[in-house]
Amino acid sequence: MKKAIQIDERDNVATVTSDVRSGESIEVLSPKGVVILRSKSLEVIPFGHKIALADLRKGNSIIKYGERIGLASKSIKIGRWVHTHNAESAVVPTSEFKVEDK
Amino acid sequence: MTEFHGYERPDKSVGVRNHLLVIAPIDCSYEPARRIADRVEGAVAVTQHHGCGANEMVINTLIGVGCNPNTSGVLLVGLGCETLTAEILAEGIEKSGKPVEIVICQEGGTLRAIEKGTRILQRMAHETKETKREPFPVSKLTLALECGGSDATSGLAGNPATGIAANMLIDEGGTVIFSEPQEMTGTQDILAKRAVNKTVAEAIRRMIDREEQRMKAMGIDSRFITKGNLDGGLTTIEEKSLGAIMKGGTRPIQGVLENNWSRLDKPSHGGLWLQDGTERDIPSVTHLVAAGAQVVAFTTGRGSTVGHAIAPVLKITGNSETYRRMTDNMDINAGGIINGRETLQAVGERIFNAVIKVASGKKTKAEALGYKDFDVFSRDRAAEHLLGF
Repeated sequence: MKKAIQIDERDNVATVTSDVRSGESIEVLSPKGVVILRSKSLEVIPFGHKIALADLRKGNSIIKYGERIGLASKSIKIGRWVHTHNAESAVVPTSEFKVEDK
Repeated sequence: MTEFHGYERPDKSVGVRNHLLVIAPIDCSYEPARRIADRVEGAVAVTQHHGCGANEMVINTLIGVGCNPNTSGVLLVGLGCETLTAEILAEGIEKSGKPVEIVICQEGGTLRAIEKGTRILQRMAHETKETKREPFPVSKLTLALECGGSDATSGLAGNPATGIAANMLIDEGGTVIFSEPQEMTGTQDILAKRAVNKTVAEAIRRMIDREEQRMKAMGIDSRFITKGNLDGGLTTIEEKSLGAIMKGGTRPIQGVLENNWSRLDKPSHGGLWLQDGTERDIPSVTHLVAAGAQVVAFTTGRGSTVGHAIAPVLKITGNSETYRRMTDNMDINAGGIINGRETLQAVGERIFNAVIKVASGKKTKAEALGYKDFDVFSRDRAAEHLLGF
């Protein structure tokens, strides 16, 4: 069973703690260690990346650390990988500034 | 109510260590200062490398460090011809009520300065022996937070767990400060929303905006995400910055502490404070200590060896592999959060308890290794002027 961690109870994404393959079962733990969701990953999610804990519509806030870290740029189903292909900064669009190769 | 055991100073502040501090106001007199400190138990020598002009930002920082309750007495070892004189520092540090004395090298050369300085410091050390640790509430404790060598575990384990410890300390009346405005880029709205009032919200925005402008003037877009960040799972600048500022926890922000040419602010009451400082680890720790912090919690992913001349620096890593490789340096492994063996809450509580133990005298790994890191940060006054700050 793969694990994902919800950092704040208000978060609608969790961070996976190891590489997850498509179709693998994931257990999402709250900050207090309670299992809040059991789901099957719908795709590959690399270590440190985010999984959606709720169905999100385009324009919905993506919440991590209890704060808005960006907006859904497409609709995102629960269990999906959340990254630059379906999410965007609300401050400085990631696509708009130079990504330094470091 | 949680208590720690510390040393009460004449100004009623409470030290967690009993260092004797030897300050060379200018690096020209650092070598004799160091030799004096080497001869007396519990003494440590520090200096600065910004020249001997009377740079108020440097002066304010050295006075702040001298007043920090972790030092029981201060000896100033000047050369004699500097504009940043030992007298200027003595006048500021004496306000804390602790013993302050001066030795000038140009009066009789190195050997006489070392003899005179050693005698003064030995006497201070002897008198200091009589101070005993007593219990104090954690409302007398100021914890500084710093991070360096971050990796993908930092925003997931080390920083949020430290944030839980910061919240616990604040909820018991304690004070927490963190700096590194460069790492707050893109979080103006998020941090301003947490300010206790409008004035503080404006100060937060101004601090981060100015840092972005400084970087822009240097030709750097501070809002960048590196390819490594993206590969590691960070999607937006908000997420990247939040991962860093989470180490401060989630309590309301009481104010922005300035350290500039006119003043060095210290927290006026408990709660969470931001400092308008630097992202460079060692000078940043010095500036947080100058603002009164007695203990430092330092989070890292890839590892860091930093300690400090007068403050215990507790190292926390969310990367179990780093903990294993650098067990000489790491105090706390928060990696259990990642493999599911420990909750964020449990690690946060463990960090809080470790801070209290260190405040009561337990040595950190950096202290056990004899680390005495010290550096002073100064902004470039000409550049600040040209930027209109």
